[in-house]
Amino acid sequence: MTSIAERPPAGVRRPLFRRRSAIPGFGLTLGVTLAILSTVVLIPLFAVALKAGQQSPAEFLADAFSQRAMAAYRLSFGAAFIAAAINALFGLVTAWALVRYEFPFKGLVNAIIDLPFALPTAVAGIALASLYAENGWVGALVKPLGWKVAYTPLGVVVALAFIGLPFVVRTVEPVLRDLSADVEEAAASLGANRLQTLVRVILPALAPAWLTGFALAFARGIGEYGSVIFIAGNMPYKSEIAPLLIIIELEEYKYAGAAAIAVTMLGASFLMLFVINLIQAWARRRA
Amino acid sequence: MTISIQSVAKSFGRFPALNGVSLEIADGELLALLGPSGSGKTTLLRAIAGLEFPEAGQILFDGQDMTQVSAAARRVGFVFQQYALFRHMTVARNIAFGLEVRKGAGKPSKAVIQDRVEHLLKLVELEGLGGRYPSQLSGGQRQRVALARALAVDPSVLLLDEPFGALDATVRKSLRKELRRIHDATGVTTIFVTHDQEEALELADRVAILNLGVIQQVGTPAEVHDAPANAFVCGFVGEANRIEGEVQAGRFSAGDIVVPAPGVANGAATAFIRPHELTRAKTGAGGLRLTAERITPQGPVLHVEARTADGRRLEAAFARAGGLGFGVGDQVEVAVERAHVFGA
Repeated sequence: MTSIAERPPAGVRRPLFRRRSAIPGFGLTLGVTLAILSTVVLIPLFAVALKAGQQSPAEFLADAFSQRAMAAYRLSFGAAFIAAAINALFGLVTAWALVRYEFPFKGLVNAIIDLPFALPTAVAGIALASLYAENGWVGALVKPLGWKVAYTPLGVVVALAFIGLPFVVRTVEPVLRDLSADVEEAAASLGANRLQTLVRVILPALAPAWLTGFALAFARGIGEYGSVIFIAGNMPYKSEIAPLLIIIELEEYKYAGAAAIAVTMLGASFLMLFVINLIQAWARRRA
Repeated sequence: MTISIQSVAKSFGRFPALNGVSLEIADGELLALLGPSGSGKTTLLRAIAGLEFPEAGQILFDGQDMTQVSAAARRVGFVFQQYALFRHMTVARNIAFGLEVRKGAGKPSKAVIQDRVEHLLKLVELEGLGGRYPSQLSGGQRQRVALARALAVDPSVLLLDEPFGALDATVRKSLRKELRRIHDATGVTTIFVTHDQEEALELADRVAILNLGVIQQVGTPAEVHDAPANAFVCGFVGEANRIEGEVQAGRFSAGDIVVPAPGVANGAATAFIRPHELTRAKTGAGGLRLTAERITPQGPVLHVEARTADGRRLEAAFARAGGLGFGVGDQVEVAVERAHVFGA
């Protein structure tokens, strides 16, 4: 009875996050969102942080910033960045071709683009490794140029470029489709040539979506493990990615060390994605 | 600049949008292309702009053939119905765009561009809004920006595609007056497309009426309204009672309605009687007897919907001054002052 008595009258209640709204389901959707986010993302990450926190600060720093770990971070973040940049370029061209032109087997090309999403990453890694090995089809082609791809950091970039391609294409495509022909015609009637129209009008309009695609591909690249380990060669200090280093630590039962590297990666990734999000919000505000 | 359009034809797939259109536009003229949707008016405008290329015929600017010249090289100002502003640029950058993309010696200095932008903002009455983004402006303001942007390149002709179509009635009216003022201030040859006859008649020096890809009539607003060339123009421009009937020996008749039709061949015909061309007749003077069904005030006139004895609906407009002296359900006699009769 007291619980009923304590309840404030209906008209007075003003919950913190809630305003009266015509769109129903706020409580339900926010509740589900928080529940999923907690069980699937936040609690596991919290556990990782907790594990890393069991060490003394000195031990943590020693594990997280050892020379081998630093080399692994550099490779993971560097290769992911380069691969995302490559994807940003070719993804944009691909999206352009898919939206602007009609060509035979367009449906097939469209489906192939999504393939890296569906293919088990280990299969992709093994296929790429055998193609880009010195006696593979592509590896043999570039060998006379003095290029070694498989079992080098270059191989890591190739694998990550493969994995990340769909992100840029699929984020840019709908925005490009919505871009009205009016705007391009307006630019043309004002005397702009095709290049000026592209650089001054079309690309700025695509920038927020393009950046989103880049961020997604970049994030995917940082965390990618399955395809990379087959093509990287996994030489410590040279072609060893950070996720692999975590596995190695785990196999040696150094759980706290693994957690320290994981937390460092997490922090760096979060920071980068946050900055990209800020840039995006800025770009979107102006559009 | 004079523009000469000579037998221009263009089709989309099997649908002919323009069927041999010829039109002369004088220097400094404000011309309206008026027609229903699908009449080809927008296609004609886009062909003049270089956004569409005709399959046959020629388009001359000052006697020079421009038919195959690209839009960028034609130096036309084009204003789109949906504004087509560059959303990521400020109002000032939008207006400056046409000058900033120029190359080499033709490119004005920063200071000149800035002066020009200020001048244009003043012209379209948007002073002080140069730093805003298009998303921060109302529809009417956006269209003013689009107008200023088109004028910035000092175009030889200004083309507007349903420029007021996306705006509400009040804004539309005031922007219409603006366009006339800006046209008179700049003296640039201007062509605009509209499906709104009121807009065309109020704003334009001359009106070209299109239907089915063919020009039906070109003339001043008074000419197309008072001396329509054919049944389509008569029905499309201005309000009119449309009556199907028959012509015998120079007289049109449809039931009680009999009007002279000099020079119209015998046979089926259509008569158009404008509401204000029905006037009150003295009772018993042999006028047309009508029963009023609905009376609504419309500005200085009262609009009367009425029926003839044999059930035909007619609309009439009587001056409000002094009152009507009859109400709904009453009978009234009218005389037909004037009718346009066209043979079938």
